[in-house]
Amino acid sequence: MFSYTIRRVGLLIPVLLGMTFIVFMMIRAIPGNPAQLILGQQASKDAIETLTKQLGLDQPWYTQFVHYLGGLFQGDLGMSLKTRSPISDEIWPYLAATIELSLVAILIAVIIGVNAGIISAWFQNSWFDYAVMLIALIGVSMPIFWLGLMEQYFVSIKWDLLPTTGRDNIRMPVEAITHLYLIDTLMEGRFDQFIEVVKHLILPGIALGTIPMAIIARMTRSSMLEVMRSDYIRTARAKGLKMFWVVYKHSLKNAMIPVITVIGLQTGLLLGGAILTETIFGWPGIGTYIYDAIQSRDYPVIQSGILVVATLFVLINLFVDILYAAIDPRIKY
Amino acid sequence: MTDDGEISVVNSIDFQVNSGEVLGIVGESGCGKSVTSLSVMGLVPSPAGKVEGDILFNGENLVSASEKRMRQIRGNEIAMIFQEPMTSLNPVFTIGSQLIEALQIHKKWPKKKAQAHAVDMLKMVGLPRAEELMKEFPHQLSGGMRQRVMIAMAMICAPKLLIADEPTTALDVTIQAQILELMKKLNEETDTAIMMITHDLGVVAEMCQRVVVMYAGKVVEEADVKTIFTSPKHPYTVGLIQSVPDMRDKKERLYSIPGNVPKPGSVKAGCQFAPRCAHAFDRCISETPALESLGGSQRVRCWLYEDEKGVNIVDRTIS
Ligand SMILES: Nc1ncnc2c1ncn2[C@@H]1O[C@H](COP(=O)(O)OP(=O)(O)OP(=O)(O)O)[C@@H](O)[C@H]1O
Ligand code: SF4
Ligand SMILES: [Mg+2]
Repeated sequence: MFSYTIRRVGLLIPVLLGMTFIVFMMIRAIPGNPAQLILGQQASKDAIETLTKQLGLDQPWYTQFVHYLGGLFQGDLGMSLKTRSPISDEIWPYLAATIELSLVAILIAVIIGVNAGIISAWFQNSWFDYAVMLIALIGVSMPIFWLGLMEQYFVSIKWDLLPTTGRDNIRMPVEAITHLYLIDTLMEGRFDQFIEVVKHLILPGIALGTIPMAIIARMTRSSMLEVMRSDYIRTARAKGLKMFWVVYKHSLKNAMIPVITVIGLQTGLLLGGAILTETIFGWPGIGTYIYDAIQSRDYPVIQSGILVVATLFVLINLFVDILYAAIDPRIKY
Repeated sequence: MTDDGEISVVNSIDFQVNSGEVLGIVGESGCGKSVTSLSVMGLVPSPAGKVEGDILFNGENLVSASEKRMRQIRGNEIAMIFQEPMTSLNPVFTIGSQLIEALQIHKKWPKKKAQAHAVDMLKMVGLPRAEELMKEFPHQLSGGMRQRVMIAMAMICAPKLLIADEPTTALDVTIQAQILELMKKLNEETDTAIMMITHDLGVVAEMCQRVVVMYAGKVVEEADVKTIFTSPKHPYTVGLIQSVPDMRDKKERLYSIPGNVPKPGSVKAGCQFAPRCAHAFDRCISETPALESLGGSQRVRCWLYEDEKGVNIVDRTIS
């Protein structure tokens, strides 16, 4: 198990390198001279040339790439053109906001999705099963932005139950330590703020978590149905085990093997959805960060922002692979 | 298929197992042997046919028993081993944890004590390295070893009845003999009765004291093992016995009963065997025969024995 983990981590290096290269080339493929774009139409030729030199854009692409890579190895993500400060210094609060939102969304999706799937399979063809499958069908086909706007319209504006935007109450802002506000407020013992943070998380969390929830519910159900037909489940029942244990112990552990892959995939996709959700709910996350960078043509931020999100995606996949091996003893390490 | 979508695969189970004996249940593939044994456990898959009739266990009717009562019986008083040792153990739990489960549920034993007993059981079924096996996963074991584990698991609460549904068909010949030997030994050493389901008459001759012959979900003949081989009464039983290759006469061609077992749900009136029976007459097609005693322990479901009891049709056909 340990050596397997080491090997999987080792495999990360070429993946990350390749990814960095692709992101790097993608940014370079955007037409137009960044220096020109930054300085505007009225800029003098001299000024443009100076900035081009300053940015190192006069160098051949491979020199630029090696330079960028060298910086990455030292934890240098480059310099924001807009704020003139190192990206590595300013990116974490945004990243933390996205991580917190995504974790809440995937947690909602997994807890509700897996249990709904299990109970649906257990009571196959019952009204509960039909209801779950109908809701799941609606859930997978619901566009995030539409769901987000509906939530805001009804829950926030019409019924005035939950806030529309932001991470915390502006009248009592959270004092950031880790920038994961749920943790920060608890560390500070500010329970009132904690409740506020939870309130702010609910709507975007649901908007972001609905599609994965529906997909996880359907996958869990079909995986459970298949497992529950198997011979070893008959053996478990023949021992006199209660149906609850047959379902939640013997079936679930087997059924989770394919479900975990789906959960990992959905968590990755969630990052894409998070960017959309952040725009709707004014969430100061990495999506907002990159979006703003695109608006102001802040190329280093776009490049490093995408790279950070992609790395997160790869890390999630790594985690899933290791989890997979931990559950299934048949996987050869 | 009937209107409500239920198929009656096993129409009426009508036999008994005496304590300590080995009862053989034979019949062609698809005649309902597995469904019968699962119905004793109350584990017939729900869309399958309902079991009609009574299953009496120590005077208690299992067909009408509550689910809670059935849970107390399963694994404790009646245990079962299955046809497919390769897939009957849960792949993601250790052998040890699967073995001790029944003890924990039924006997409420603490883990340590249950584990010690499980190791003893593994030794009893002839598995080497019992202690290490406890920590291993099913995929690390061969088919024969897994079936031994299944037997140990079934016997762990010392059940009164062990149902073995073709426990050796999936194994190769030498392993088959070992497993049968083991089961015979266990039957002799404990007072566990065995219901041995098989389509191999050789296994019956080797292991069983009494035999029940099934055809299309019904018992068609029942007798002690000697009577079944020396004077079978039902034309189907006769056919089965004639289809056993005789080792002494190598030239003899293998006899097989012409035709196929009827599909479940396609049950018609009259004797189910009539389309394949050489002795069928008008009554066989219109009326369903009942299982009648021929005196002694032998019972048969055939119109041929309605009037003249005890006629041996083997004698009648050979002429
Ligand atoms: N609900 C059902 N619907 C359709 N067919 C069914 C149903 N239940 C059982 N059967 C079929 O009825 C037949 C009898 O089943 P069973 O498995 O008991 O036969 P068997 O005597 O054990 O055969 P084998 O020797 O192959 O194990 C099988 O062909 C099975 O597929
Ligand atoms: S009842 Fe008739 S058809 Fe059926 S086995 Fe007897 S003789 Fe043959
Ligand atoms: Mg069978």
